[in-house]
Amino acid sequence: MTLPLSDLVAILPELIVIGAACLVLALDPLTPPSRKDWLAWLSVAALAACAHLTVSRMGTSVSAFSDLVILDPFAGFWKLLLYGVTGFTILLSLAYLKAERINLGEYYGFILLSLAGMMVMVSAADLLTIYLGMELMSLSLYVLAGFKRFEARSLEAAAKYFVLGSFSSGMLLYGISLLYGASGSTRLSAIAVAVTARGLDDPILALAMILLTVGFGFKIAAVPFHMWTPDVYEGSPTSVTAFMAVASKAASFAAFLRVFLEGLGGLKANWYTLFLILCLATLALGNVVAIVQTNIKRMLAYSSIANAGYALIGAVVAGYASADRSAQAFGLSSVMLYLVVYAFMTLGAFAVIAMLRKGGVEGDEIEDYAGLAKRQPVAAFLMLAFMTSLAGIPPTAGFIGKFYLFMAAVKADLAWLAVVGVLFAAVSAYYYLRVVMVMYMREPEAAGVEPRLVTSPVLAVALACAFAGVLVFGLYPNPLVSFATQAVLVLK
Amino acid sequence: MSDVILQTGGFPWLTTIVFLPLAGALLLMLVNKTAHHTIRWIALAVSIFDLVLSLPLWSLFDSATPRMQFVEHVAWMISPPITYSVGVDGISLPLLLLTAFLTPFCVLCSWRAIETRVKEFMAVLLIMETAMLGVFVALDFVLFYIFWEAMLIPMYLLIGVWGGPNRLYAAVKFFLYTLVGSVLLLVAILVLFFQGGQTFDILLLSRVEYAPALQNWLFWAFFAAFAVKVPMWPFHTWLPDAHVEAPTAGSVLLASVLLKMGAYGFLRFSLPMLPDATATFTPIMVTLSLIAIIYGAYMALAQADLKKLIAYSSVSHMGFVTLGIFVLNAQGIEGAILQMVNHGITTGALFLCVGAIYERTHSRMITDNVGLASPMPRYATVLVIFTLSSLGLPGTNSFVGEFLVLVGTFFWSKPIAVIASLGVILAAVYLLWMVQRVVFGVPNAAHTSHLHDLNLREMVTMAPLVVLVFWIGFFPNPLLTKMHASVNALIEHVDTEELEVARRNARETRERREARDGQVSPVALVPQVSPRANNK
Repeated sequence: MTLPLSDLVAILPELIVIGAACLVLALDPLTPPSRKDWLAWLSVAALAACAHLTVSRMGTSVSAFSDLVILDPFAGFWKLLLYGVTGFTILLSLAYLKAERINLGEYYGFILLSLAGMMVMVSAADLLTIYLGMELMSLSLYVLAGFKRFEARSLEAAAKYFVLGSFSSGMLLYGISLLYGASGSTRLSAIAVAVTARGLDDPILALAMILLTVGFGFKIAAVPFHMWTPDVYEGSPTSVTAFMAVASKAASFAAFLRVFLEGLGGLKANWYTLFLILCLATLALGNVVAIVQTNIKRMLAYSSIANAGYALIGAVVAGYASADRSAQAFGLSSVMLYLVVYAFMTLGAFAVIAMLRKGGVEGDEIEDYAGLAKRQPVAAFLMLAFMTSLAGIPPTAGFIGKFYLFMAAVKADLAWLAVVGVLFAAVSAYYYLRVVMVMYMREPEAAGVEPRLVTSPVLAVALACAFAGVLVFGLYPNPLVSFATQAVLVLK
Repeated sequence: MSDVILQTGGFPWLTTIVFLPLAGALLLMLVNKTAHHTIRWIALAVSIFDLVLSLPLWSLFDSATPRMQFVEHVAWMISPPITYSVGVDGISLPLLLLTAFLTPFCVLCSWRAIETRVKEFMAVLLIMETAMLGVFVALDFVLFYIFWEAMLIPMYLLIGVWGGPNRLYAAVKFFLYTLVGSVLLLVAILVLFFQGGQTFDILLLSRVEYAPALQNWLFWAFFAAFAVKVPMWPFHTWLPDAHVEAPTAGSVLLASVLLKMGAYGFLRFSLPMLPDATATFTPIMVTLSLIAIIYGAYMALAQADLKKLIAYSSVSHMGFVTLGIFVLNAQGIEGAILQMVNHGITTGALFLCVGAIYERTHSRMITDNVGLASPMPRYATVLVIFTLSSLGLPGTNSFVGEFLVLVGTFFWSKPIAVIASLGVILAAVYLLWMVQRVVFGVPNAAHTSHLHDLNLREMVTMAPLVVLVFWIGFFPNPLLTKMHASVNALIEHVDTEELEVARRNARETRERREARDGQVSPVALVPQVSPRANNK
């Protein structure tokens, strides 16, 4: 069997990332410990090449490998986001890994492999391809979660993530096999045809839909499939947590939306109720439980659960407003917009946490930030900006993200859902603002030796980008909005 | 847009005024943080310059028209169409000037009171000014909301970082109360967008007739945001905490400007956009206002802490403002706007007085500050003037406002007017009782022996406020004429039944005025309903 060259060209970005990952893994033993940074720069160079390729192909829709893979603006949008997130994670890791004494080259290899999995997920048009991408992403993330291999918490995180993750993959696979049984194919287009033929009341389709929701719900950390999130986020190295919280969630959302709109679009009337329940449960539990957290990484874990809930509002709208094409498109583009904004503010917050890591002791407790504004005014100010944005207070990007989501809900005659959303946003302000309060309004603990910031010039650049993103998209979201609006047009 | 007239003469007055303080805050970032003096002078210069810039608006403003003036209109976001559009009319102009006027005093009163993190304090103060000014000039609902919410974080920091011992509790309470109220406003804005023709333009939205059921929902969503901010009873409980814990400048801004935003919201949004709902719920609003007037006054009577006393008196005074708004006639509304300005000046000044005494005795308790007349005669004089103004003595500013509100209420319902005037009497009771103790009480020698009187800086701070108290008290007409056109246009907007009442009121007023022709009586201040309303 020969592969046509055009297929290989279509997946050139994926090939570059996988090639770079292999190169990093191969070069790692040859690189002296003091030179591990080179591997990071190699990875960044690969990302830059991919970004260039993806941008240059943005306008077109191409399918390859007899419709297993599709390259459309929707996939391009998510890929660009993923490159950005991965690049940020690598820049963040440079200083952090040294401080944690886990400066090993294969770290970058696994990050790239995970990225390759995500890229496959976002541009797959076939359930098995999605599954393969998701497994590649997850297996790499399991390893990364346990990267602090001499620390029990990190290992616990990896083990927990692995066991629960495998379970959810099994669910997903079961759902895929049922759909295959019902339609005779794993292609989304073929499934869509079969779904239309079999109608809404088919029990097999309903079961498959539920199983797929469980599988994806686990990956996006929606309640009640969120149990792993706090432990894994807390135990993993902070840079990995940032990567998981943003990249894996974004890629899973992308695949999730594509599967349910393109494949199960005929079941909208069914899955919109399911999503609505998930959305409400996720908003409620994420926001309420975050209030009582004392560890900032756990707090952000619940915050990431809550944010999945907000993003689900857009998905609910897309399902509910199936008759109104413009409302549906608005719902989808608001999800995309929100996840981009979420990426900026969450990465920024985790970067500040990583930067403040105290030598020997984890600086993860919220109380450790007491008086930070006096000790590290710049770090405290950045955290203030990210927390304000997460709370959705203007003029930050977080406000714009939520604004579009709620607007989509109102547009689809779901104003009550918008009311629920804004009320939970007000609840969330309490725990985000608590971090600000501790930083600005508490006196520092007994004067000890102030640990140095774990920072580097590249991290400063990355943080500056996150801050600029939070501010600029808050004041001028036009480019992002039109980009998302364009990208969503290809979905049915 | 036919609704606006462009009178900028090419110069973007409002944008400059709104964003100059923000630029000043950014400038402060460049200054060395130990150079406290430089920082204070820069902040003062910026705020004074902003005031100077806003003064020409007063003379350039055309009082003959209800339309928006000094309008600037720039497309901002494409989808949905959000514009950067600003402008002022007779309702927002006085509040804009009030805000610009008070900020320099906030800088001055913090000159010595704030010694820690001066740079951040002044920057936050100036950022606040930008947000507050923005609220009053925004003509796009989303722009308005952005300014409205952007104020929360600076105010939160102002209370929480530079406040008193219980500041954390007060800051969080302030933040959550106002946020919960305003998020519902956001949903209401979005609903209006889809029901009102896919626009966020406040003027266009005000022209649409919404279904009565929808109006009722929206009214309560607006109410949640504005009533918390005013604050109307029973949503007032954040106010005493926030006032007591905030630094003096924070208290002044809270009392003088932030509280006005709620009332401004009612005037700018609830009345013109939801006239039917407003007419329907007027009895409830009036009842809540009455409760606020009486309850606030009673609570003020029981306070031992000066700041708490003034805070509860604010609840009572703002009750007059909402009462004036919801009796829905020209006298009531003009009285309410005037009372907003008056309350801003007088209560702001009272907080400055409390701040000044707190700097000396480090206590805000009445019992710790007894008998200040002999050690601090200048201070005692100023305090008495502002107290008399606050209780509405004829000749001072508050008298005119409260009188107009009561006239408006009288036309609406005579018994209600009687109950409301009880608030005036109670105000006299708690304020005079406070003055009796603080100024004329028997001093505690140990406490008062080393008290020094107001210094030059403090005199400079107080003097313009004293002048304004009497100026508005004796010559309120310049201020009132700026409002007439806008208020009349607003009244016409509210439903026809209410319009009938307004017309009758106007006729009665005119007849009474003719009867007393020649006499200088406050009734002469009562504005006429616009000719258009009479010709209909």
